[in-house]
Amino acid sequence: MIRLLTYRLNGRERTDAVPDNVLLLDHLRETVGLTGTKTGCDGGECGACTVLVDGAPVLSCLTLSATVAGRSVETVESLAEGGRLAFIQEGFHRKLGSQCGYCTPGLIMASEALLRQDPDPSEDAIREALGSNICRCTGYVKIIEAVRWAAESSAARSGSPAEPAR
Amino acid sequence: MNVLPEWELMAPESIDEVRALRAHHPGSRFLGGGTDLVVNLRRGIGDPPAALIDISRVAEMKGISVDGERLRVGAGVTIRELADDPRVRAGFPGLAAAARSIAGPTHRHMGTVGGNLCLDTRCIYYNQSEWWRAANRYCLKYGGEICHVAPKSRVCYATFSGDLAPALAILDAAEVEVAGVEGARTLPLESLHTGDGERYLALEPDELVVAVRARRPAALRTGYDKVRVRRSIDYPLAGVAAGVVREGDRLTDLRLAFTGTNPRPLRLRGTEALCGGPLDDAGMERLSGLVRRQVMAMRTTFTSGHYRRHAAGVLARRLVRRLFDGV
Repeated sequence: MIRLLTYRLNGRERTDAVPDNVLLLDHLRETVGLTGTKTGCDGGECGACTVLVDGAPVLSCLTLSATVAGRSVETVESLAEGGRLAFIQEGFHRKLGSQCGYCTPGLIMASEALLRQDPDPSEDAIREALGSNICRCTGYVKIIEAVRWAAESSAARSGSPAEPAR
Repeated sequence: MNVLPEWELMAPESIDEVRALRAHHPGSRFLGGGTDLVVNLRRGIGDPPAALIDISRVAEMKGISVDGERLRVGAGVTIRELADDPRVRAGFPGLAAAARSIAGPTHRHMGTVGGNLCLDTRCIYYNQSEWWRAANRYCLKYGGEICHVAPKSRVCYATFSGDLAPALAILDAAEVEVAGVEGARTLPLESLHTGDGERYLALEPDELVVAVRARRPAALRTGYDKVRVRRSIDYPLAGVAAGVVREGDRLTDLRLAFTGTNPRPLRLRGTEALCGGPLDDAGMERLSGLVRRQVMAMRTTFTSGHYRRHAAGVLARRLVRRLFDGV
């Protein structure tokens, strides 16, 4: 069955005709055309497909599109503003938290959800929050540094005394 | 690319609506967080449902209530909500620890208490692609004639891996509230799982768990521990919930329940033989004996059954010691 699905995507309300059996991941990539969200294991094990639904990280490969009716979906494409990378993106770039890059959009969205809840996360909190995401390149150390860099940089911009460690 | 079968998705907001929809769609299944069911649907495990009833917006299935020593958790509560609830953490630390240990953080946002209680049993011969299972002539749990884990067995040995059931089973009066097309009933948690992997739940196809209730004996110290291949995400190779009452230097109550080993959550029998005196080496040896006799891990994972049975014993002894010592 195909129905009209109204939801908010990256801050803008939109309505799409969506079959009941289409996964949010496939809808985002193939109908909307936002290919930043990646298809990884296809079974909820790797986190590459992580997007935010109502601010919480969700595996879009296990989410049926129709279940996000009336909800707010955010993908990695929502982060940069006016061509400027968000701190969390720049952190992954500067700290080499991204190598092959395939897991990066999922890790960035999981990190983004963490930073909204806890703007100054400890290393343990970062490890805990990224537990559903797998990276086979970096060994995770640089990813943790990237999230810390983003936390410190964003605190510095908002006038708090913490300086970013570059 | 989409390879899922066609179905109709419905999103009722009350139990009465759920029951009416289920009555009109006999081939439907209930969809909660989707972290178990959608994976299986994608792999072609189980008969494709004609309709899915999304129960994530059902009001009666939300909410946690704590009234002194009594707890009631709606089946639609997410694992994360349960793990983070301050009343659960204070009064039911074993249950909170079990919830915190489930899968990874993103799964805990999605997965629900009802889904973890009703988690499908798992096996390396079952949780595979359609192509893989066909090449191995399927198995007893779905579509095949024999159990590849125990070829002479007439029952399926796929393993139960939910973490909340054992943590609830060691409390008093653990019960599930069940709703079906015909009406509602209450079932002791102990009777929810059958022990036969093929039909692992004692629920009719039209029934669903609405909530779970339990009561905590005031002096019971509870805890939870498990081992996994990858500590941040995997299903348990073995998990144990324990409840201990200590009076002075004496152990006066001991309760243990296991997951990840048997086809159903296993409440360890015979623990009263350890009670009445101090928790000494002889008592620990007796505990190991009970675990060896009752924990029956088969080769349903890539890790051997022998290892998982051994790990279950080690986890149990460590956890009981920690709770008894109060550290």
